[in-house]
Amino acid sequence: MRGATILKASDDKTRELNKHTLMAFTGEVGDTVQFAEYIQANIQLYSMRNDTDLGPSAVANFVRGELARSLRSKKPYTVNLLLGGMDPITKKPSLYWLDYLAALAPLPYAAHGYAQYYCLSILDKHHHPDIDYEQGVKILRMCTDELKRRLPIDFKGMLVKVVDKDGIREIEYDDSKPVASA
Amino acid sequence: MDALVAQYSRPAFANEGYSEEEQQELSQATPPLSLKFALPPIARPAAFLRATTDDHANPNCPIKLAHGTTTLAFRFKGGIIVATDSRATAGNWIASQTVKKVIEINNCLLGTMAGGAADCQYWLAYLGMQCRLHELRHKRRISVAAASKILANLVYSYKGMGLSMGTMCAGVTPQEGPALYYIDSDGTRLAGNLFCVGSGQTFAYGVLDAEYHYDLSEEAALELGRRSILAATHRDAYSGGFINLYHVKEDGWVKHGFNDTAPIFWRTKMAGEFSNVTSELV
Repeated sequence: MRGATILKASDDKTRELNKHTLMAFTGEVGDTVQFAEYIQANIQLYSMRNDTDLGPSAVANFVRGELARSLRSKKPYTVNLLLGGMDPITKKPSLYWLDYLAALAPLPYAAHGYAQYYCLSILDKHHHPDIDYEQGVKILRMCTDELKRRLPIDFKGMLVKVVDKDGIREIEYDDSKPVASA
Repeated sequence: MDALVAQYSRPAFANEGYSEEEQQELSQATPPLSLKFALPPIARPAAFLRATTDDHANPNCPIKLAHGTTTLAFRFKGGIIVATDSRATAGNWIASQTVKKVIEINNCLLGTMAGGAADCQYWLAYLGMQCRLHELRHKRRISVAAASKILANLVYSYKGMGLSMGTMCAGVTPQEGPALYYIDSDGTRLAGNLFCVGSGQTFAYGVLDAEYHYDLSEEAALELGRRSILAATHRDAYSGGFINLYHVKEDGWVKHGFNDTAPIFWRTKMAGEFSNVTSELV
């Protein structure tokens, strides 16, 4: 977005940090991609030097450290992040929530911005720790439907990526259907 | 000559209904209570009020009004569900955990309170009085549309003068069936199937929208209302306390309790929800 114009509806607001960690970002225009790619480059550098990938929690704490360092600089990055990863050794999935003030929280489900106000109550109710993939997509659909129904802005284009034991993949997500409102 | 005759002759049915005097008496009986308020002796009362009470415009304002809330009401095939939390806050201070935010206007009409506690309390009581007067004058109960319009016109006449209220009027009348209206201090008046009002509205909407159907059973509708308020009390710092639940049916409203949120929350968590809340000590 630039002022009142949509420049691109299919912008990918995620970066793959390594084979099994994906970082999604929102925030100040320009800061976001700049910071994400800086993190991406450093995580990839670690993988090349050590011939092994950092696990999600190590990545999350590294990102938090970088964000905290930036926060105390002259011009801090204004970026909010979600970090999803699958630990290659323990095969445990994990999700980290980071905001621009460098707060880090591991959570079962998370959101940033106005989406929090609408989606967290849905996730509070419908998320259970042992749900399968199909149920997960169904809850995601409830969330995006609610955002379409109640947010004054019409966000064009949804991009859904899945992180699991096989790595990271984008999935087909049809958001063209109109949502029924009460 | 014709004009002179017309002036002194009256049609045969002139004496039916209310006489002119009676009409005048009736129309003048209404306003005094509401419209003759003493205003503060300053140039711009509205601006003064904003400076002293608007927390948003001036965080150091000397008077913090009681504000945050979650209230909801929705229509379904079995009538209307009305549910509220019970917390009153003034700034960061929890002023009360046991507020009754549903006012029983009569045995078929309910009003909900969100926004300034005093404004809501006073004007909904005033609305209750006007509804009773309407009943006495016209020998039948007021419609929800008319009741909501009394309130909407009233708050509109005070627009810009610092009133703060978001209310819903829910009721069942023989003319309209189940009817639900949203009225706020901006002067908005909307009829609809589903409304959530207050600082916790988004959280309640989230849960309610996801599972709302007009054809909900009575039991499912009550549970959905309760669960939506619970969601809001969990995520919104300005909502909490007790869940006040009502069901409005054709033959009047039925109260379904004023229940503490804490045991309801833990019972819900034990059923597997709220998985982000850990109960172990880490």
